[in-house]
Amino acid sequence: MNYTRLRPYLLPVLSFAAVVAVWGIARRLSGWSPTVFPGPLDAAVGMWELIRDGSLLKHSVASLFRVTAGYYLAVAIGTPLGIVLGWWKTGQLLTNGLIQFLRPISPLAWIPLAMLWFGIGDKPAIFLIFLSSFFPLLVSTIYSVNHIRTVYFQVAANFNFTPFETITRVIFPAILPDILPALRISLGIAWLVVVAAEMIAVKSGLGYLILDSRNALRMDYVMDAMIAIGVIGICLDRVIVQLNRIKSVAWGRT
Amino acid sequence: MGHILVKDVRKEYVERRGARRRMNSDPDLRSGNHLPVLDGIDLEFANGELVCILGPSGCGKTTLARVIAGFDRPTSGTVLIDGEKVKGPSSEHIFVFQHSGLFPWMTVWENVRLGARHMKEKEEMAAKVQEHLDVVNLTGYEHLYPHQLSGGMQRRAELARALVADPEVLFMDEPFAGLDFLTRLKMREEIINMHELIQKTIVFITHDIDEALVMGDRVVVFTERPAKVRLDLKLEFPHPRDFHSYDELERLRRDVYTELGVHYAL
Repeated sequence: MNYTRLRPYLLPVLSFAAVVAVWGIARRLSGWSPTVFPGPLDAAVGMWELIRDGSLLKHSVASLFRVTAGYYLAVAIGTPLGIVLGWWKTGQLLTNGLIQFLRPISPLAWIPLAMLWFGIGDKPAIFLIFLSSFFPLLVSTIYSVNHIRTVYFQVAANFNFTPFETITRVIFPAILPDILPALRISLGIAWLVVVAAEMIAVKSGLGYLILDSRNALRMDYVMDAMIAIGVIGICLDRVIVQLNRIKSVAWGRT
Repeated sequence: MGHILVKDVRKEYVERRGARRRMNSDPDLRSGNHLPVLDGIDLEFANGELVCILGPSGCGKTTLARVIAGFDRPTSGTVLIDGEKVKGPSSEHIFVFQHSGLFPWMTVWENVRLGARHMKEKEEMAAKVQEHLDVVNLTGYEHLYPHQLSGGMQRRAELARALVADPEVLFMDEPFAGLDFLTRLKMREEIINMHELIQKTIVFITHDIDEALVMGDRVVVFTERPAKVRLDLKLEFPHPRDFHSYDELERLRRDVYTELGVHYAL
């Protein structure tokens, strides 16, 4: 293996190593106690404890479950609704104001209502995650349907496509290259929101781990939960990026 | 079949700046500036004719073709194909678009297969698709996506897709736009040969005078917008045509150039 081949792996590792080094030095220079500002080593020890007693896995799975449920719900409702509204202009005029009104309201503002309506447990968290990824997906789907080349609809009419075929064989494939970045961004947002959602009303998840560790003054655990969030975030992103390999999407990049 | 009768067709667009354009939408005639595009067009094309429509750019050539093909409704007047009033787009009159109308998410094969959608038998359909791909010289490129093909190959694939559908009329709206000079010449030849083979009515829109005179059985020249028919010529010269061998053709060419305001055609 020569340098050119290793480069894409070596350079990211280098940046992580640099941050850890700076972290270690800052910790040393600060003169604070490790309880207030744990160093890399303290965090590593804490991480090992969390892995060994299984709590890291338990909390990660709980968070992933909520993200998956809320995000899939948003994809399952937001994309078809976006296609319908993008196509049906009356519906678009009818709802656009409402969408733009609801969109800037932070999902976190819904916390009191969500708890009141859905009680305690997974449901309010899933609801908040759904809200956070629903609007970006909906808006970008409507936008991409609006910007499909008119020629494609004329070709569809020319070859006697039914409305159903127009959706499945023209609109859906035509917006796919635009939708993939939106899917990627909204998954990121969902993962951001889960932590906040878990600080209320639940007794599991990485957000809860952070809150619980803060109450126990275990800053090393707080950092470990943050690290776990980052690592899982990278993994989720990698999974979504794989969708770009679909062959019938490649035209969108030219 | 493929007899086209255009009777006193007028088309006005209403200028609505920033308004969304929709398919088959009738302009709201109560508001906005009226922009007459077609001003009483009367034309009759015989079955199997290759008609070239010439005119300055923006004069309404495309609009007329869209009206005949059923994509736009005329403001007044009627269009009859084989005696029947055109009601909307259909696979009996296929349009080949100025900029590629191939679906970029489908392979060449899948695109061409759209034209054979009406066939029930799978094998018959596959044979038909392959046959037409062979005709346009795309054998071996079936499984590539349009963006992997050159401009000329894309046009040929679109042509194959239109031909598979076996339409009564084929519309081609500046199908050679954006092709290099040599490819353009080759495509002209291919269209002429194909037309002699299938004997379908083709409405071919171009702004290239030589192209129209070399290809058409019939050349219709439009005026500036609002378009009227300025010249309607029948050309009975055999193919291949060349301006040096037919003095009459050379004379016509000069006339058309003069009509369109160019006095020293080279």
